[in-house]
Amino acid sequence: MEWGTTIFYVFGAITLLSALFILFTRNILYAAFSLILTFVGVAGIFVLSGAEFIGVTQLLVYVGGILVLIVFGVMLTNRVKGQKVVSPVYQKFVGSIVGIGLFMLLMKGILEANFGAMQWMKTNEQQTSLKRFGMTLMTDYVVVFEVIGILLLVALIGAVYMAGKRKGVNDAS
Amino acid sequence: MYAFIFFLTFLLIYTIFAVYAERKISAFIQDRYGPMEVGYYGLLQTVADLLKLIQKEDIVPAAADRKLFKPGPIVVFVAVFAGFAVLPLTSGFQGAEVQIGLFYLLAIISLDVVGILLSGWGSNSKYALFGAMRSVAQIISYEIPLGLSILCVIMISQTLSLQEIIYQQGIYAQNIDQEAVNYLFGIKALGVETTNVGGFLTWNIFRAPIFFVAYLIFFIASLAECNRAPFDIPEAESELVAGFHVEYSGFRWALIMLSEYGLMLLVSFLGAILFLGGWNSPLPNIGSVALADWTTGEPGTVAGHLWGAFWLIGKALLTVAVQMWIRWTYPRLRLDQLMNLSWKYLTPAAIILVLLSALWRLLMI
Repeated sequence: MEWGTTIFYVFGAITLLSALFILFTRNILYAAFSLILTFVGVAGIFVLSGAEFIGVTQLLVYVGGILVLIVFGVMLTNRVKGQKVVSPVYQKFVGSIVGIGLFMLLMKGILEANFGAMQWMKTNEQQTSLKRFGMTLMTDYVVVFEVIGILLLVALIGAVYMAGKRKGVNDAS
Repeated sequence: MYAFIFFLTFLLIYTIFAVYAERKISAFIQDRYGPMEVGYYGLLQTVADLLKLIQKEDIVPAAADRKLFKPGPIVVFVAVFAGFAVLPLTSGFQGAEVQIGLFYLLAIISLDVVGILLSGWGSNSKYALFGAMRSVAQIISYEIPLGLSILCVIMISQTLSLQEIIYQQGIYAQNIDQEAVNYLFGIKALGVETTNVGGFLTWNIFRAPIFFVAYLIFFIASLAECNRAPFDIPEAESELVAGFHVEYSGFRWALIMLSEYGLMLLVSFLGAILFLGGWNSPLPNIGSVALADWTTGEPGTVAGHLWGAFWLIGKALLTVAVQMWIRWTYPRLRLDQLMNLSWKYLTPAAIILVLLSALWRLLMI
């Protein structure tokens, strides 16, 4: 087997195993750290599939940003009372049925879609140029791009407003 | 593969001498001798320390969370060392020549937060936990001015490839882009072409003089990323003992120290590549005295490799020395001052600089 293929499977295994670990562990903090590993695995798969930009974005946004905040949040709420936060399990039966059903649905969708036979797969454009990616983003998809920008700005202002000092609330001290 | 072996050995040797240099520089600044016993002028002091560290018992506190405590330092080191994978050391020597090297580095630098959280939390000690929390808050805050100052460079260079960014800053700019032309201060209207003059005149901080400010922001933010003084509140000795690594001993502690010095070197390399011309010579061609030609070396030749490595490593080590100098000169910032500096001064200044860089780019073409 080629090196690239071997490493691909290693990343696949990391992703799967850590995802399963999230499923079965009861310790929320372990689950959060395991989620980081899952995302690293997915980023590795992206890189090996030739989508380096998406892979690194995955690292930057999910691992470096969002997940660290999640872990941070768990840590700050946790251990205040000196005990571990353990996630309880509810609705085992219904939950597993919904999970398995969704999995079957996705599997069927992916297999039916038959991505390998699609037109754009056959054009064989392996080289994803960063320049072209940027050009497309600023021309064909510029509206989506701008809307996302405004959405993020609104979220930022909202977060600052909620965290900021308001008269009468924080004046107690 | 060569790059992996080179950077690993280089990092080890560098760390040994960087720790020695740190102690000697601090001693000089505080008017003491520093280590004097082992070897001439204490040269082998760090080697002796390292031997001691390796022999030490690897203690795991009884109340610590073993599964998180043990991998912590390894994650920190791996995150830092992975950054070296894309560093171009010379015009032809680079681990991975990826188009998005700069973007990758930004992502990787933020990854060591995970390791710090692991070790701080896993230690199950209030000092370690406080240290980790402060450290993470600081690193996440300072990533914003750091990223924005790097964005300024991307706006001027129009590429994310580290090797291309370096090429643009020297006399071999036309090797990758036939039409590349450098003007004095990047202003075409002045009409002074510096493409073949090279030297410090084509470095990014001279191609766009606003980068003096951008480099300053980058440097301050990089100090904070490394948890170095004056931003060492995460390991403030007088209140937290040592911050997130207070419970570690022996080899794991050595790994954390190695990553701290490794990160210093990494951001210094990055600063040298982005702003100070990378492997290009600082000496310009003056008429028939072609200093830049003599001291750069054609890319791909042995001379090119040797000069390139010499200049880039020299610039990086000099920056590390400045970091040490600053550590022993300035007092530590308080936590609220630290956040003020990042959010109220550096971030707005960096945003303005991004705008100015876009305008400067218009002057260049």
